[in-house]
Amino acid sequence: MSSYQLNYLEQLETESIHIFREVAAQFERPALLFSGGKDSITLVHLARKAFSPGAIPFPLVHIDTGHNFPEALQFRDWLAKEVRAELVVRKVEDTILERKLTEPKGKFPSRNWLQTYTLLDTIEEFKFDCCIGGARRDEEKARAKERIFSVRDEFGQWDPKLQRPELWSIYNGRIHKGENVRVFPISNWTELDIWNYIRNEKIDLPSIYFAHERDVIEHEGQLVALSQHVQPAEDDVILKKSVRYRTVGDMTCTAAVESNAATLDEVINEIISTRISERGETRIDDKVTEAAMEDRKKNGYF
Amino acid sequence: MDLLRFITAGSVDDGKSTLIGRLLYDSKNILIDQLEALEKSTKNRTDGSVDLALLTDGLRAEREQGITIDVAYRYFTTPKRKFIIADAPGHVQYTRNMITGASHANLIIILIDARQGVVEQTRRHSIIASLLRIPHVVVAINKMDLVDYSQDVYNNILIEYSKVAKQLELKNVSYIPISALNGDNIVEKSDLMGWYEGEPLLEFLEKVSVRSDVNLTDSRFQVQLVIRPQTEQLHDYRGYAGKIISGIYRKGDKVTVLPQQINSTISKLETGGLEVDEVFAPQPAIIHLADDIDISRGDTIVKSDNLPLINNELEVLLCWMDEKPLQPGNKYLLQHNSRLVKSSIKKIEYKLDVNSLQKQSAEGGVKLNEVVKVIIKTASPLVYDSYPKLNANGSAVLIDETSNNTVAAVLFQ
Ligand SMILES: Nc1nc2c(ncn2[C@@H]2O[C@H](COP(=O)(O)OP(=O)(O)OP(=O)(O)O)[C@@H](O)[C@H]2O)c(=O)[nH]1
Ligand SMILES: [Mg+2]
Repeated sequence: MSSYQLNYLEQLETESIHIFREVAAQFERPALLFSGGKDSITLVHLARKAFSPGAIPFPLVHIDTGHNFPEALQFRDWLAKEVRAELVVRKVEDTILERKLTEPKGKFPSRNWLQTYTLLDTIEEFKFDCCIGGARRDEEKARAKERIFSVRDEFGQWDPKLQRPELWSIYNGRIHKGENVRVFPISNWTELDIWNYIRNEKIDLPSIYFAHERDVIEHEGQLVALSQHVQPAEDDVILKKSVRYRTVGDMTCTAAVESNAATLDEVINEIISTRISERGETRIDDKVTEAAMEDRKKNGYF
Repeated sequence: MDLLRFITAGSVDDGKSTLIGRLLYDSKNILIDQLEALEKSTKNRTDGSVDLALLTDGLRAEREQGITIDVAYRYFTTPKRKFIIADAPGHVQYTRNMITGASHANLIIILIDARQGVVEQTRRHSIIASLLRIPHVVVAINKMDLVDYSQDVYNNILIEYSKVAKQLELKNVSYIPISALNGDNIVEKSDLMGWYEGEPLLEFLEKVSVRSDVNLTDSRFQVQLVIRPQTEQLHDYRGYAGKIISGIYRKGDKVTVLPQQINSTISKLETGGLEVDEVFAPQPAIIHLADDIDISRGDTIVKSDNLPLINNELEVLLCWMDEKPLQPGNKYLLQHNSRLVKSSIKKIEYKLDVNSLQKQSAEGGVKLNEVVKVIIKTASPLVYDSYPKLNANGSAVLIDETSNNTVAAVLFQ
């Protein structure tokens, strides 16, 4: 402190808090999209710091696919109470019934794609003009291209060829009626930054981020936990393994990592030494096409 | 550990994306699955090599056309430093995306194709580096493999570029001959260019002193929002939340609120939810004043003994970033940090010619990618510093009220 210099984590925190305050000032009805994972938990922590001693001036919105880890849902409810934030939950299940959507089939039925419908309906229902998300640019190569204030048209679509210039720390959130801005306050954080910050700030996480025992099957080299949503096929070998999760998504499309890391320090050491990216190690659904993420974003996805 | 933000620039196909790919690859900052994906998407190459540019060219259209369209950000760490890289497009059509990346950079790497020398885009990007006062410039003379690693070629380009640098008053310019494709002088010093006495690029990037961009002398703070929880316990709480743009603020400091010109004293300071005795740039803070004053978003609080400029008619450099040319009679919104005011262009003084780097008359209006000096008039006074003196309080953007697009970068003079 005495040298009047911020280390890089403090610099990142500073940038994020500035962004949160711009959101609160520029938009009438913002919402924080809360997934239950470490990135959105970090977002909530940053939002709290940005507005303390006031409350977080927008609701946490969870688009519930129905395929979540029960531990993540419990944690979500606990956190919303803890920070005294309003929690809005909208279920993909309901959208499927209402809109007569076709459920994906297969062994790992991912509702990832269908979430977009529920998200856009929720935006419409509450007239949200801004949705804050926890995406990071280091996650994926389409995300590496997206602005911090990312304007979406009335269909929620991202047009990567028409992004507004975004200079210095000046954020232009002006939109026409019906349009919507997605804001990503932790764009410039890496996975490791998030973990280090969680350690420094002593942020609580759902237990599934730490090693625990689970029944899993192996699928193309990845470990997938058995649950009511993932049933073993006849020829699957059920293994009991000590695992942790590196990301928390749907049970049907998030792979576990074999690990004994029970503490934050141990997890961080493993993350430092791994040679596989977060997405590569944990997502079962992302390899379909090279532009999977870009395509989803163009369609209104987070 | 400190942080260096840098950007690659230069003309189309000069090898910016390849250079970044090479830097990440040779410094072992590419993970196995990313490498596999890369190999898969370049498997149709006959010589079996991978196209390192595909590491940052993440959009479908970019891969199809083999060009960069928008800035990609990559992050990597060596034992010495943490880096945030912006890979800019070289194509003139996407210059505004390059400016977006350049506005955050402490260092710019300008690539030059050794076969071509300095071309128009080299000059255009150099102008931007000069306008934005990026503290360090590295001129990477690339594709040395295609000119037999010739020292003469390197020297000629060095002489040619030095003239540009001099005219644009670029500071701290260094030159490195490289082959991004083959990895010469990127992470390891190349055996093929024994005549080059400097260090390879990565070593240079690790060593260059990051001049702290932060000005700690001229205290500037702009209110982003007023925090008034209005709960039972915090009934009378009223704090001004914002970022310390520059300088240091302490409890008890005599301050002036601008443009209102009202004096007060700092009664309490908070950052990160804690009460503190002092805050410094660029920390986020909440300032409390001893007096009840009407203050809202966009107002500035400065120390009373060090005042910024206050004007509603001022000289600025504009970099036009919209397809639609500047419409002289129109009103534009000017956003200066969090302050939004209406403005209009009163007079265009001159235009900067990219080729001669000379001032010329602004006849024919102001079009995409042009840099002009203008007099701008605002509906209410701006509280600012000149960009050369204090970047963080000297820059703004213009917004077209009807399209909502950000149409110009504004640098106060
Ligand atoms: N021989 C040779 N070819 C190179 C070198 N560096 C890049 N190239 C090739 O030049 C072409 C363009 O490279 P890119 O890295 O895509 O160029 P760029 O500067 O990023 O282009 P834009 O982003 O579209 O402006 C590719 O075919 C590269 O393989 C080099 O050092 N030597
Ligand atoms: Mg490129």
